Amino acid sequence: MVKCMFSLTVVIVLSLLAFVGAETAGFKAQFLFGIAIPYAALLIFVIGVLNRVIGWARSPVPFAIPTTAGQQKSLPWIKPANIDNPSTTGGVFVRMFLEVFLFRSLFRNTKTQLSEGPKISFNLEIFLWLAALAFHASFFTVLARHLRLFTEPVPFVIQMLEKVDGMMQVGAPGIMLSGFVLLAAVSYLLIRRIIIPQVKYISLTQDYFPLFLIIGIAASGILMRHIFKIDVIGAKQLAMGLVTFHPVIPEGIGGIFYVHIFFVSVLLAYFPFSKLMHMGGIFMSPTRNLPGNTRAFRHVNPWNYPVHTHTYEEYEDDFREKMIDAGLPVEKE
Amino acid sequence: MSDLPKNNNELIEKIDYNPSQKGWMDTPTEIRKGMYCYASNPKSVEYIGLPNARQWNPLDDDWKLPANWKEIVHNAFKERLDRFRSFKVFMDICVRCGACADKCHFFIGTGDPKNMPVLRAELLRSVYRNDFTTAGKIFGKVAGARELTLDVLKEWWYYFFQCTECRRCSVFCPYGIDTAEITIMAREIFNLLGLNIDWIATPSANCYRTGNHLGIQPHAYKEMIEFFVDDIEEKTGVVVEPSFNKKGADILFITPSGDVFADPGTYTAMGYLMLFHYLKEQGLNITWSTYASEGGNFGFFTSHEMMKRLNAKMYAEAKRLGVKWILGGECGHMWRVITQYMETMNGPADFLQNPVSPITGTKFENANSTKMVHISEFTADLIYHGKLKLDKSRNDNQIVTFHDSCNPSRGMGMFEEPRYVIKNTCNRFYEMPSNTIKEQTFCCGSGSGLNAGEDMELRMCGGLPRANAVKHVHDKFGVNMLATICAIDRAALPALMNYWVPGVDVTGVTELVANALIMPGEKERTVNLRDEPLPGMEE
Amino acid sequence: MKLEELLEQKKKVIVDKWFDIVVDTYPTDTSRFLKSQKNPFSNPVGNTTQKSLAVLMDELLGKMDTDTINSFLDPIIRIRAIQDFTPSRAVSFLFSLKEIIRDQLKDKDFNETILIALTQFDRKIDLIAMAGFDIYMKCREKIYDIKANEEKNRTFKAFERAGLIKELPDNKTESQLV
Repeated sequence: MVKCMFSLTVVIVLSLLAFVGAETAGFKAQFLFGIAIPYAALLIFVIGVLNRVIGWARSPVPFAIPTTAGQQKSLPWIKPANIDNPSTTGGVFVRMFLEVFLFRSLFRNTKTQLSEGPKISFNLEIFLWLAALAFHASFFTVLARHLRLFTEPVPFVIQMLEKVDGMMQVGAPGIMLSGFVLLAAVSYLLIRRIIIPQVKYISLTQDYFPLFLIIGIAASGILMRHIFKIDVIGAKQLAMGLVTFHPVIPEGIGGIFYVHIFFVSVLLAYFPFSKLMHMGGIFMSPTRNLPGNTRAFRHVNPWNYPVHTHTYEEYEDDFREKMIDAGLPVEKE
Repeated sequence: MSDLPKNNNELIEKIDYNPSQKGWMDTPTEIRKGMYCYASNPKSVEYIGLPNARQWNPLDDDWKLPANWKEIVHNAFKERLDRFRSFKVFMDICVRCGACADKCHFFIGTGDPKNMPVLRAELLRSVYRNDFTTAGKIFGKVAGARELTLDVLKEWWYYFFQCTECRRCSVFCPYGIDTAEITIMAREIFNLLGLNIDWIATPSANCYRTGNHLGIQPHAYKEMIEFFVDDIEEKTGVVVEPSFNKKGADILFITPSGDVFADPGTYTAMGYLMLFHYLKEQGLNITWSTYASEGGNFGFFTSHEMMKRLNAKMYAEAKRLGVKWILGGECGHMWRVITQYMETMNGPADFLQNPVSPITGTKFENANSTKMVHISEFTADLIYHGKLKLDKSRNDNQIVTFHDSCNPSRGMGMFEEPRYVIKNTCNRFYEMPSNTIKEQTFCCGSGSGLNAGEDMELRMCGGLPRANAVKHVHDKFGVNMLATICAIDRAALPALMNYWVPGVDVTGVTELVANALIMPGEKERTVNLRDEPLPGMEE
Repeated sequence: MKLEELLEQKKKVIVDKWFDIVVDTYPTDTSRFLKSQKNPFSNPVGNTTQKSLAVLMDELLGKMDTDTINSFLDPIIRIRAIQDFTPSRAVSFLFSLKEIIRDQLKDKDFNETILIALTQFDRKIDLIAMAGFDIYMKCREKIYDIKANEEKNRTFKAFERAGLIKELPDNKTESQLV
């Protein structure tokens, strides 16, 4: 619980910092939270992520070790599992696609339990898969929707996305489904971490912190849109200023906006140093991104070095007489 | 009642076991009898040239480590991060979602939270964060980092020798994090400090010298097989004639030495002999080798380097004898090594030919690079082409289920071939529940060198999920025979069955083939290879 | 009302409480898994325990059939005999049933008939507990037996069949001398 409360406290302090700063310290603070910190965060994000990914890429893959979760391709009359044990690059692509977009491995968790048991039991594991999927999909949607603030004119795709996202047509401004789904999903992931003892036991501070941070981002976003109704034109001005490198601080956007943008900045800056890098890591995972065809095609290890072996000659020298006595053929009589 | 202490447990239990009050990092590890294997024999460590050979005891406070052991660990850690992307990525990307937590047979069987795969990996990750990440260096424990201490090292040792590298967790991990890979790295590091267990160190040393884990010298190897020849003659009336170290053979046969020297693997070895003899007239020219007399590779449980050193024999012997390709017997981790490591480390095997069955003409294109074919693929192909005369009813006393061994399952993907063979040699075959077979198969609990005697409680705990599924088919269908294509299984499962499901025996798949095989010129068969009467032949 | 009838009414609660007590002998982090994973193959410990306790309770209320009791007591004890438990801790859960039952009867009038019946019921629990000790010991003996004989059964037997064990008599005298 200490780890959890600590993370929560940090997030609250961060929000107060931005809110009080923007509301009371005026332009200076607004410049700091609206322009300086976002730029710095973005810089840290880009350099940090690149650094991390390059770091992974620098370590070679000496052995091809895919997890073969299905029948190998062997005799022509035996049906291979083309996705779970792919023997071709195409198969690997499909496997990775299903991993990245549908969390196929995580879904395995739920499959057997539902079909096997004496009766269909209340199963928390399927909610992990569902919440994870909902979380990632809605996060992506929200992110894409925000492109509206950074583009002029707003691309057609983004407008369409907004239409779909806002199809509930409730309230004004209309409710965007993705924001609420995001908040719900991330809250579930947090609650799950707290109430399932097994998961709580393995959780670290850095597991709670991003969850609280994202809850903060989603909540401040929703508050901005529906409760405080900040000046959207001002927000767009600031955003456009940032992407065109002509930053401006429009008047009176409101403290909650600065909390929001500060949270996002913190998340960006935190990202490369955290487990959130799993986003990039999944593409690099040697148990998933390699075909299971190592019996048919040689995988090369760049640092394969010669080793001492016990040669046949040494072996025969050791046992020659016994071998001759036993009638085993030898090289040297 | 009032006179009794309120908490009755006080009397009988000094420590109240309730670790969740504290985080796992603050829960000390106690090395428990029955859960660990004895320390490596210094003679074996020395023989294969590994450092810090000495007498030591895991229960002692002093493990007689080199003075700079922390530095050794740190440098070894770094070296492995730089060499293995798998290790580096797996150290970084775990989100602790908990999907793997209850997938480990050791967790299911022991109930020890540190046997959750995620936590097993966190044992290393915590030190990784402390030594190699910015966040860990600055924020320390808040960032989940901890310093390497002797207690941490002992915890590592205890728990990384409670992992059988079975890869079941990696099937369920959304990022494919493979605990086997992490365990392999941890054990490499242990070996730099001289911290192997003897059940791995001594077979490795034996294998290095004599070619096989049991340290059997060439003449004894031959004698043992000749005994099988006599035994086969007694039971079938057919004299089989195996070749040894024969130059000019087409195929080299390599199988784990357990098949030759330990029951019930010996019956499987007799099965190979009979099958090869049967195929001789159809053009099979195959030889055994006393030098490459081990398919298994306990080097794999020591370090990548040791694995390579031991495995080199296979290609070296194939080259020396001038064979066309290699046929491999029934073994688990041997086939993971062959599939995912051998050609990379000991190849290219360009002096061999693409394997083709001399009987059916089938090209084993899936093995065009390693040039090594699995006996179950080979046999399935023979049966498919109608090349074997089989009398299934001879196996009617066996009600069979098939245990998928971890490595051929999750490190190769061999599921259908052995099933095809069993279904064509036995009338009574029943599968265990689907979440305990194929890619979700449960480990025997004794893999990766943990099949010693002193850690029997550990083995029984780890094997519980497997045994439980066997018990289910035993109760439901009367299953009395557990078939498998792994020598460690054949060695370890009889004990497991003896404890959990008495009445179930263990067999190799080729033994079933040999019992059903109608040999040309055979006398009326009245007993199977185990000297048990065939159905209808009971007196 | 008779004691057995009272208990019959509360059987489900009693078995659930009993199960909780057994599960609480494991680390907290594990106990949730043991309780919630209903698939018997993914969670043999939890499911075996639950099934066995229910049957034991039935037998306590019913015929006290020796074979049934043994065959359902065996699986739980067999598991606990190899896990991280002292012998007392491995079987103590059987006695816990007494407390659970008393707890469930708190609000009932303890007339003399019930008290006598309760004492008799306690004796039945004691019987099961003794059977539990026996099974525990049998399991431990089995483990030691496997430990001692596994190697012999596998390698030695194969060698012996092959007639490769010639030096054995010498060895024996040697070890006897030592």
